[in-house]
Amino acid sequence: MTLSVNNLSCQRSGRVIFAALSFDIAAGQAMVLRGPNGAGKSTLLRVLAGLIPAQSGSVSLNKTPLNHTDGFQDQITYAGHLDAIKPQLTVAENLRFWADLFDSPAFEQTMQDFRLTEIAGRQAHTCSAGQKRRLGLARIAVTARPLWLLDEPTVSLDTETTAQFAALVDRHCEAGGMALIATHIDLGLSHSTELRMETITPGTLNSIDENDPFLSGDWT
Amino acid sequence: MKALLIRELRLALRSGGGAGLGLAFFLIVVILVPFGVGPNPIILAKIAPGTLWIGALLACLLSLDRLFQTDSEDGTLDILALSPLPLEVLVAIKALAHWLTTGLPLVIAAPILGITLNLPEPAYFWLVAGLAAGTPALSFIGAAGAALTVGVRRGGLLLSLLVLPLFIPTLIFGAKTASLAADGSDPLPTFLLLTGLSLFTLALTPFAAAAALRSHLK
Repeated sequence: MTLSVNNLSCQRSGRVIFAALSFDIAAGQAMVLRGPNGAGKSTLLRVLAGLIPAQSGSVSLNKTPLNHTDGFQDQITYAGHLDAIKPQLTVAENLRFWADLFDSPAFEQTMQDFRLTEIAGRQAHTCSAGQKRRLGLARIAVTARPLWLLDEPTVSLDTETTAQFAALVDRHCEAGGMALIATHIDLGLSHSTELRMETITPGTLNSIDENDPFLSGDWT
Repeated sequence: MKALLIRELRLALRSGGGAGLGLAFFLIVVILVPFGVGPNPIILAKIAPGTLWIGALLACLLSLDRLFQTDSEDGTLDILALSPLPLEVLVAIKALAHWLTTGLPLVIAAPILGITLNLPEPAYFWLVAGLAAGTPALSFIGAAGAALTVGVRRGGLLLSLLVLPLFIPTLIFGAKTASLAADGSDPLPTFLLLTGLSLFTLALTPFAAAAALRSHLK
C-alpha cells in the first residue's frame, strides 16, 4: 500500500496555500510534516482527507484516487486540531460511539492502551486538556485504518504520553500502516521521513493574477 | 446507525441538550393565548387548531439551529463526513432524533393543551394524527435549513427566515385537518395531503441537507 501525491496544489480564496507538492509514503512509513505556521500543513492534511478540494495534481492510495471518495476515505483516519469530543458524554460513551460507527472491535483494548479506563465514567467536560487529547487520539487507534493523517497530535500531552503515542505510531507502521503527521516536536519515530513546507508569499507564483481584486480576496 | 441515534438522543436529553426547551415553549405559548384573547369558549374553540399548530411549529424551530452547529464547532462533523455512514443517512438520523426529542413530546402534549383552548371533542384525534404526520416534516425541512446555515455565526435568525416559508404548507394542511374535524366535516382528504407532503419532504430533504453540508466542509 502506498500513498502517492503528485504535483498537488491548493488555493483558498485566491491565495496559494501550497503548490506542486509531490511525495510518496510507502507501507510501514511515517512522514513528518514540518514548516512554519501558515505553511499549509493543516490544509494539506485536510486535502488528503478529502475535506477540501485540491486545485490540481493527483493523490492516490494504492491506486484508489482521492476523488473516488468512498474507497479513499474508508482507508484513512483524520485527526485535526479539534478532538471531536462531546462534553456531556462520558469518556467511554465518546469512544464507544466512534468504535460503533467505524464498526471496530478494538474498544476495550484502546481504552486500556490510552489509560482511559480509570476515567471512563467521567463526563468529558471534567477532563483536562491532555486527557481530552488522549481521548481524541484514542479515536485514531479505534478506527483501525491504514493511513493516519494527524494534525499536531501531541499538543497538550505530557512527555510520557507523547512517548507512548510515538510508540503507537511505530507499532502502526510496523504493522504495515502509514502516517502523515504535522508536528513541531521531535517524536523520535523509528521509520520516519521528513517533508518540509515553506510559506508561499504572494508573487512567487503567477498561477493567479495578483492584481485581480476578486481573486486576491479584496472583495470580502 | 443505531450508535448515532442513541448518541443523538443521549446528547439531547443530557443537560444543555435542549430537548425540553421546545415543549416548555409550546406550553407557554398555548397557555398564554387564553389570557390574550379572553376566556370566551366559542372564540377559543375557533382558534384552537391554528394556535396549537403555530405553537408546535415555533417550538420545533427553537432547537434546530444547534442541529449541526455543535458538531461543526467541535470537529465532529469532519469525522462524521469521513465515516462509513453516508451524509444523507447521517442527516436523516439527526433529523429523526430531533423529531423524537422535540416533535414527539409536542404530539403528546397537544391534546392536553387542547383542553385549555376548548378544542371541540371530534378534533382531538385529528389534531394528534395531523401533528404526528406533520411534525417529522418540520424536523426534516429544518435539518436542511440547519445544514445550510451551519457556518453562519448566530445563524438562528437566518435559519428561521429560510425554513418558515417551507413550513407553511405543512401548517396549512395540518391546522386545516384539525379545524375541519372541529367543524364536523371530513378531514381525511386534507390529512392525506398532509401525509403525502410530509413523506415527500422526508424523502427529499436528506439529500438537500447532505449537499449543503458537503459544500460547507469545503
